[in-house]
Amino acid sequence: MIQLTVNGKERQVDVVPDMPLLWVLRDELGITGPKYGCGIAQCGACTVTIDGLPVRSCQARIGLLEGAQVQTIEGMTTKPFRAVQQAWIEHQVPQCGYCQTGQIMQAAALLATTPNPTDDDINAAMAGNLCRCGTYARIRTAIHAAATQLSPTHSTES
Amino acid sequence: MSPTYSRREFLIGSAALAGGVAFGSYSLGVLATTPEPNNPLLTGLGPESATFNPWVKITPEGITLVTPHADVGQGVVAIQAALIAEEMDLELAQFDTDFGPPSPVYYNGGLVEEFAPFMATDLSPEAEAARAAALQWLKEQGMQMTGGSSTVPDSYTKLRVAGAVARETLKAAASKRTGIPVSELGTKAGAVLLPGGATIPYTALAAAAATLAPIEEVTLRDPSQWRLLGKTMQRLDVEAKCTGSLQFGIDLVMDGMVYAAVKLNPHKGAPMTGFNAGKAETMPGVQQIFPVTNGIAVVATNTWYAMKAAEAVECQWAEADYPSEQADHWAMVEATFTPDQADKIWRKDGDMEKALATAEVLEAEYRVPYAAHQPLEPLNAVALVRDDSVEVWTGHQIPQGVEQMAAALTGLQPEQATFYNQYSGGSFGHRLEFEHVRYAVEVANKMRGTPVKLTFSREEDFLQDFPRQIGMGRNRGAVKDGKIIAADFHIATTSAIRSMFGRMGMPSTDPDSQIPSGVWNMTYGIPNFRTTAYAVTGLSPTSSWRSVGAVTAGFIGESFIDELIHAAGQDPLQARIELCTVDYHRKVLEAVAKMADWDGPLGNGQGRGVAFVESFGVPVAEVIDVTATDKGIRIDKVWVAADVGGVLDPINFENQVQGGVVWGLGHAMNCELTYADGRVQQTNFHVHEGMRIHQCPPIEVMGLANGPKIRGIGEPPVPPAGPALANAIFAATGQRIREMPFNKFINFV
Ligand code: FES
Ligand code: FES
Repeated sequence: MIQLTVNGKERQVDVVPDMPLLWVLRDELGITGPKYGCGIAQCGACTVTIDGLPVRSCQARIGLLEGAQVQTIEGMTTKPFRAVQQAWIEHQVPQCGYCQTGQIMQAAALLATTPNPTDDDINAAMAGNLCRCGTYARIRTAIHAAATQLSPTHSTES
Repeated sequence: MSPTYSRREFLIGSAALAGGVAFGSYSLGVLATTPEPNNPLLTGLGPESATFNPWVKITPEGITLVTPHADVGQGVVAIQAALIAEEMDLELAQFDTDFGPPSPVYYNGGLVEEFAPFMATDLSPEAEAARAAALQWLKEQGMQMTGGSSTVPDSYTKLRVAGAVARETLKAAASKRTGIPVSELGTKAGAVLLPGGATIPYTALAAAAATLAPIEEVTLRDPSQWRLLGKTMQRLDVEAKCTGSLQFGIDLVMDGMVYAAVKLNPHKGAPMTGFNAGKAETMPGVQQIFPVTNGIAVVATNTWYAMKAAEAVECQWAEADYPSEQADHWAMVEATFTPDQADKIWRKDGDMEKALATAEVLEAEYRVPYAAHQPLEPLNAVALVRDDSVEVWTGHQIPQGVEQMAAALTGLQPEQATFYNQYSGGSFGHRLEFEHVRYAVEVANKMRGTPVKLTFSREEDFLQDFPRQIGMGRNRGAVKDGKIIAADFHIATTSAIRSMFGRMGMPSTDPDSQIPSGVWNMTYGIPNFRTTAYAVTGLSPTSSWRSVGAVTAGFIGESFIDELIHAAGQDPLQARIELCTVDYHRKVLEAVAKMADWDGPLGNGQGRGVAFVESFGVPVAEVIDVTATDKGIRIDKVWVAADVGGVLDPINFENQVQGGVVWGLGHAMNCELTYADGRVQQTNFHVHEGMRIHQCPPIEVMGLANGPKIRGIGEPPVPPAGPALANAIFAATGQRIREMPFNKFINFV
């Protein structure tokens, strides 16, 4: 039995220790915001935070997460997250949307550490998040918009 | 040019079924036996509720708009709903949407263009008559299908009429209740408006409206009065997709559900000759392991347990009936260029042999490899089989096909099968195929009474993907006195359309117009112009891949036109403008020239290229700027002009065009599927990623409205992207790349 906190709630799961957090969230706990895209850290669709840091949940083994604090998109409340999510909606970033929960989690993590990202910063931070629909232009615009909302002096020039 | 076609060829959809499928005169059993489909929303309708047609339902609790075209990310739920809401005077927040039950009443009339073997620019009475006949035939077939960028053409008038009928019938109900003449009533924000400003909500009129015959004589609003269409709209599904609350097929959960994974013969289509479950039987969570068609399935208590156990099962596979090594695939394409193997000569203007004899001949060979679909949501489906019913929940573009397959696999009748369509995390043609349906139903049929969710691992999805056609072009051309006098295209690819037909039990040998798509319909006034298509057989099964034939032929055609223009010493964009014979096509080229401020070569290691391809009736011109840096080619900017005859949803239009360009560029630069040992070598995104954000340039988009018909934009931006980039690389470096993916020949930043 492994105990962890997911979106502020204590949860217990009885699975083998090498099961990835992604599948624990999706199939054992019914939390489906994190998506399965590749299973090998190549797409970012499964991104969650563990103890505040963005992580590919398909790579995080549940056995190492005893007592961890996990946040999925369903439980995120940080200021950068809210700004990013709002910008995503306003700029209508999603097409199919399947990658977007992961994109938003990753972008929120970027703004938490880099409040004034350049296009190069955005490219570096977001390169692990694949979007097969090709929404990258809007992702860039939305991240700049969120950054501006958080710090009005943010420049969108890179 | 006067195209010739046999009746049979016409009926079987020789002309292209793009992003789609033709069902031809083989029609699937039950579909053809329902000549007068009525309104499926009448089933189970409560006494206080009304439905005026198959798209609108009103109950005392609320309004539901049915959006039968599948939403695979292209945003068609929102646009279908907006077309109805525009005429009904509904605000976007005032209704729910539903994919509706599969029904012949939702037949896709937008496919006519792909069925009539005429160029889209041909509006002659003969061509229009063929389209009218095709429409009648589609209606009789009752095929509900999403594909071929046809949702908007299909829905544009039909759904506005549906909304207007609802509006007028609700007004009649209000008139009956209040005694006020209909002529004095208006509608606004989901309510009938009485003189003096009082309102009656539609929901309060549902019961009264249900007693009236729908008012079918309606006048559609003039576009100048539109509140929603053509304006910035908030797409309905965007918010739910940003909170994680939107439920995709893969997210469904049912009481008592078990989870399944499959391991299938990677030699596609060949059987399994034996298997040994061995230690997989005792792995955690495993409930059952059993054989299915061409492989095994594992049922477990969660998806990960099922996938892990499936990996551990040892299987013996029979060989496929296509060559096991990639070099032999190419050899078979090469061997197809013989006159007796021509699928069809699609166009023959002037006297080619004479023209080529009078000038120096330019020759060039082009190659386009297999590529995978791989939408980010892998194939998955939930199925529940009982002794008297089979139900399937998944994202699919051919709803009736799902029901037919489910019935066939379980031995039940088609009317005992029910399909519930779901939002899909992409398709690009993948969800026109049936593998997820087949295996979910096969597994559920062995566990009657228990709902089963089957999820393909990414690796399994890659291995079982029926890829984009493989193909080559052998082009000849001639230039004289600074003018192109001849262009002779020979294009050989596998027939994705015929391959799909075959899998659906409908083999066809009729010409596939997707093979030359983007070339035979060029609107350049080149006096000697010929397009010959060859269908390569005996290779990997292939399937419709976003923009289907035009991505291959468009690259072969527009790269070679560029070579001829350079040989003639002309400016690539100016020359195309001068060659173009169709007004609204030329305007697209002129628009992109203006957007990009085209003014000849850039110099300084920079290059700019242009390509112009019409597919699905939509002329699209793209200009790309690149810089040759010491780390490789960097794409600086893309400009796109496209004419869909009127843009209905500007934000989504821009998003689709940008996405199409990214799709076209990413795969042209970085992706191929290759066979070794009979199976594809690329099984996850690290070796087939398309494009990532750091390679994505700014993409500026303009939609024009000079074309004579309303068209769809999902696919047409794809084909020009590859050749525009190759032409830009040539302008920057002098290196002419004639094969995808380009990264085999040049580095990208
Ligand atoms: S599923 Fe975890 S990175 Fe793709
Ligand atoms: S929106 Fe479809 S994968 Fe990103």
